[in-house]
Amino acid sequence: MSTPILPAAAAAAAVEPVEQPRGRTRRGPRRPVATTALYVVLILLALVVILPLVWMVLTSFKTDADAIRNPYSLPSPFSLDAYRTLSSGQQPILLWLWNSFAAATLQTLLILVTASMGAYALARLDFAGKKVVFGLIISTLLVPPVVFLIPNYLIVQNLGWLDTILAITVPGAAGAFGIFFLRQFFVGLPVEIEEAARIDGAGDLRIFLQVVLPLARPALATLAVLSFLNNWNDFLWPVYVLLSPENMTLQPGLSMLQGAYRTHFAIVMAGAVVASVPVLVLFGIAQRQIVESVTGAAVKG
Amino acid sequence: MRSTVTDSIATAAVAPRQTAGGRGASRAGGPARRRRRTLTAYLFLAPFLVLFTTFVLAPAVYGLWISLTDWSPFRDVQSFIGFSNYADLFRSGSTTHDDFWQSMGATGIFVVASVPLLVVVPLLVAVLLNQRIRAATTFRTIFFAPYVLGVAVVGLVWGYVLDTQSGILNHLLHVVGIQADVPWTVDTPWVWVSLVGVTVWWTAGLNTVIFLAGLKGINTELYEAAALDGAGAIRSFFSVTLPGLRPVMLFITTTTVLASANMFGQSYLLTVGGPGNATRTAIMYIADQGLSQNNMAPAAAMSYVLFAFLAVVSIVNFRLQRERVEKGSAR
Repeated sequence: MSTPILPAAAAAAAVEPVEQPRGRTRRGPRRPVATTALYVVLILLALVVILPLVWMVLTSFKTDADAIRNPYSLPSPFSLDAYRTLSSGQQPILLWLWNSFAAATLQTLLILVTASMGAYALARLDFAGKKVVFGLIISTLLVPPVVFLIPNYLIVQNLGWLDTILAITVPGAAGAFGIFFLRQFFVGLPVEIEEAARIDGAGDLRIFLQVVLPLARPALATLAVLSFLNNWNDFLWPVYVLLSPENMTLQPGLSMLQGAYRTHFAIVMAGAVVASVPVLVLFGIAQRQIVESVTGAAVKG
Repeated sequence: MRSTVTDSIATAAVAPRQTAGGRGASRAGGPARRRRRTLTAYLFLAPFLVLFTTFVLAPAVYGLWISLTDWSPFRDVQSFIGFSNYADLFRSGSTTHDDFWQSMGATGIFVVASVPLLVVVPLLVAVLLNQRIRAATTFRTIFFAPYVLGVAVVGLVWGYVLDTQSGILNHLLHVVGIQADVPWTVDTPWVWVSLVGVTVWWTAGLNTVIFLAGLKGINTELYEAAALDGAGAIRSFFSVTLPGLRPVMLFITTTTVLASANMFGQSYLLTVGGPGNATRTAIMYIADQGLSQNNMAPAAAMSYVLFAFLAVVSIVNFRLQRERVEKGSAR
């Protein structure tokens, strides 16, 4: 139920569009000493950011003894023991990996379908009660998720969804972010193409499917990436609604792993690698969309 | 539970555009056509509205109702008891009073300790990245990367880094001659240093890229004018950069305060709320009471009290900073 990444995109709204020439602050030529100092600071900061992750990967390829004896050396011997223990141990991490993929994919699809349809109506159709519906959706953006925690737990329990994939996919798709995000995009699309299609006799459904959705592909892709990351990284909600080990996703699974292998650092780090590689790869592929969804409005101006 | 917050600004940003959707009005026909269009629109909205009603609207009301009852999962009929659960939270000596306010205090400490760093560090990094440098995009990517990781990964990796006996940080301290085994995750005040530090490592990249976007929106002519007036780097930072960033600053402080106030995973994974319950945050206590201890009614009441607190903090912050924004633009 948390939204670590999604609302980030809304930040775009805070950065006002600008028409001024963009660009770096231009001051006279800088002294080489200052430039060197600048790079030194940036490189040191980058190391602080990266080293824990490098260390996570290195440790995961060590034996337990090596991990404890030589915490900051290269793995010697290079060992896949940690991964072997993980895949054959009592903690079904491959199952968690699969559950995480399934849940994140399902929720993303659910958000794309429901939010795009709803956003089309809010952006393009004129109907009774529109302001009320839109106002209601927007106002819930202001409510912190903790308010929904207990009642949603009871609702999910009554639906018989506790400890199932439905608990971690469906309620989270009800958030207002997706529909808000896509509505903003749809409103910005030129209405002429749709009107031309309407004159050619196309109905709302055809216009939506054949004109609006293809035009909205970049926005849909961005929303898909953000939704996937969001669900993949969700922690509090799955910790409480998933109960049996075989139904866990990676995030609550990892916290179990930490408990089960407290001093087996190589195994714990291997688990962390398994959980972070997919999102880091996704970030590598879609980093432009992810970062620009945060800074988008400023660039668009 | 990091960012409910961000959305609030989004809301403010949308409001003025609200009328933009009314294009269909020109096509308005008779009442029958209008009724058909309304039907069409609601068919498009139906799938979302079903989800929204079930998991957002209903629980908001249901939670309020639960907080006004003596809810027990072991009984079929729940009875209405008015504001007793709320009154208990404000009456010292009740079963929930001390623990709840301790958790609110822990949340407060974390907000006060983390927000200044989560604003200042990203601001400085963004200013550095906004200089004419090579590989600015690469640096930006690196600084943002931890933010895409889940809190569980962050907790595991840092749990290992910060481990008192075998953690790499204490190892490194030994190497540079500091022999103290710093209890990073088990004793105050170190637990706070760790929780804040880990959170900065994890989320500073988000604020950095937002500040960077804001910096790129500042008219470069202002810097040139300042330079002509003889302003150095420091002067132009305070007289051009900071005023130019005011709207972004409002956004970032609001969202960061709310994100920090919703902290859960870091404490859950790194300190397990300890030592004692010193780092058990409000969210942690509410989740534990409501979902593990079956004290759902008091927990629901607590979530509304926390909501009210956050609303007040956001409004005060918004008022204070908006005044500055307005004064700044009037000057």
